[in-house]
Amino acid sequence: MALLEVRDLRVVFQRRGTEPFTAVDGVSFDVDPGQTVGLVGESGCGKSVTSLAIMGLLPSRGNKVSGQVRFEGTDLLTLSDKDMRDRRGRDLGMVFQDPLSSLNPVIPIGLQVTEVLERHRGMSRKAAMVEAADLLGRVGIPDPQRRLSEYPHQLSGGMRQRALIAIALACRPRLLIADEPTTALDVTIQAQILALLKELVRDTGTALIMITHDLGVVAGLCDEVNVLYGGRVVEKAARYPLFADPRHPYTHGLLASIPRLDGARGEKLVPIKGSVADNIPWDHGCAFAPRCPNALPVCREVTPELEAGDVRSLRCHNPVLPGTPAAQEVPA
Amino acid sequence: MTSLLKRKRARVDALAESAGTSLAADAVKRMLRSPVALLGAFLVLLFLVLAIVAPFIAPKDPYQRYPELLAELRPDFIPGAQPGFLLGGDELGRDFFSRLLVGAQQSLVVGVGATLIGLVLGMIIGGLAGAFGGWVDSWLMRFTDIMLSIPSLLLAISIAALASRGSQTTVIIAVAVTTVPIFARLLRGAMLAQRHSDHVLAATALGVRRRTVVFRHMLPNSLGPVIVQATLTLATAIIEAASLSFLGLGDPDPSRAEWGLMLGNSQRYIDVKPELAFYPAVAIIIVALGFTLLGESLREALDPKNRR
Repeated sequence: MALLEVRDLRVVFQRRGTEPFTAVDGVSFDVDPGQTVGLVGESGCGKSVTSLAIMGLLPSRGNKVSGQVRFEGTDLLTLSDKDMRDRRGRDLGMVFQDPLSSLNPVIPIGLQVTEVLERHRGMSRKAAMVEAADLLGRVGIPDPQRRLSEYPHQLSGGMRQRALIAIALACRPRLLIADEPTTALDVTIQAQILALLKELVRDTGTALIMITHDLGVVAGLCDEVNVLYGGRVVEKAARYPLFADPRHPYTHGLLASIPRLDGARGEKLVPIKGSVADNIPWDHGCAFAPRCPNALPVCREVTPELEAGDVRSLRCHNPVLPGTPAAQEVPA
Repeated sequence: MTSLLKRKRARVDALAESAGTSLAADAVKRMLRSPVALLGAFLVLLFLVLAIVAPFIAPKDPYQRYPELLAELRPDFIPGAQPGFLLGGDELGRDFFSRLLVGAQQSLVVGVGATLIGLVLGMIIGGLAGAFGGWVDSWLMRFTDIMLSIPSLLLAISIAALASRGSQTTVIIAVAVTTVPIFARLLRGAMLAQRHSDHVLAATALGVRRRTVVFRHMLPNSLGPVIVQATLTLATAIIEAASLSFLGLGDPDPSRAEWGLMLGNSQRYIDVKPELAFYPAVAIIIVALGFTLLGESLREALDPKNRR
């Protein structure tokens, strides 16, 4: 049994007087202990909503969540508010996109680390402070003792994100969800944070769900990748087959639109035409059809199903032929 | 050229310095650089000191009718300045200067009392609405909307008039009630904004208890505008309290030294001795101005948009 089994997760936003909007439309995936699973897609594809639904952090009104999120066999969606509160931070940790706004600006870093230790591990403030210094040191913050009494605005962006990772991992959760943890950081810091996450996942055996639109991050970190489009998984594969041989036109397009170091000078990038606004609903055909270079008449009539194969699952009537150039080198 | 360089270096130094300070210290530093803030602080401080020491430094008893003033009092003449009586007497032969001084204390008690009560009640209502949201928020806010829809002075007059016998306490309560909805709305709005902020979401994602989320993460981040409003409210509270006394809705004791009451009583003698109306009015204006200047510059200093 996998650590986390997401089955047919569906999130529908509905406000009175407006059309219901399906942000996540039957997403299923598994995460094993120690495994890193990527959720990839452009803005609005439902990746963040998926993570918030797993954490039970969607607002209590205005949306309907259905399906199952089984964590060690327990369906998190059926848990009471209180039970879920006990699990958040202890079993499930989360790291958000913007490290500055994710920290409380008016209380020192130390208190924000000890808070979760006191809450879930029943530590005294004193013991928690000692542990907090240790945690900050472990995520590579120099002089952690001094940092404990500093405020978020006194830390650099990379350091803030390290602190947030330390907080999220303070109670050794078995699952960590990282929602675009490197988007707000500059490139060198991005690499450091990714290396840190990789190391922590390896050392602690924490499972990681990596939410990103950055395929470089996916290539460097993820064991398995789910490509989302319009709230559905369109391609699911281990990272090597996905990068070496993308079959869904969307995945293919994403890879083709990234500049390459080994490309010829003056070579043009190939963008994906249109925008998410061009989506059509999934119920009559493929949502990607209006933007798809491979679209056939059938794509606008029959909804493609996610078909599982040996190496990958694919939701497409007319996939890209194997070996069509576009793939990036996969870093070892 | 060198001066430009020097100025640039000073700016860099200031920046480096501010990087190592807390928000509060930074706000104080910016206030110390603003002449408006200093003027406001000076006026407020002067008022506070005078109000506290007034009974001890008043040259005469403010409630005593002095025979030497009474002797000269005519329907068309009120004695002016003379030895021992800095500003002369009032319409009943009392020392005008001493009464003005002691009046500061009255205004302080009423202003601070009303603001504190309004602040506490408003923060409870706004805090509940902001912390719970949903129908609690809807009901409490409809209630404050109703109160806000009534002009504050009219509301205060109605409340003061409801009391069978006016007193200082009824004035404080009447003024306090009018300030409640302002504080409630302000805190509620700030807390709702915090509710949807990233760090509150992050705290929730750590399983932090609701109580802790509200008191540690939402409330402290919402207090800035409330503190500013409290300073500004002190000014309006003093003015409103004076208005109530002026209209005869305050303490019925005519001997009480209160600026609004003094203003009201002096109406009939405005052509005999205009100072009787002028000085209390100026006193009210200066105090209100002091609190307003201080409040406004506090708002500016706390505004993150003004941080460099």
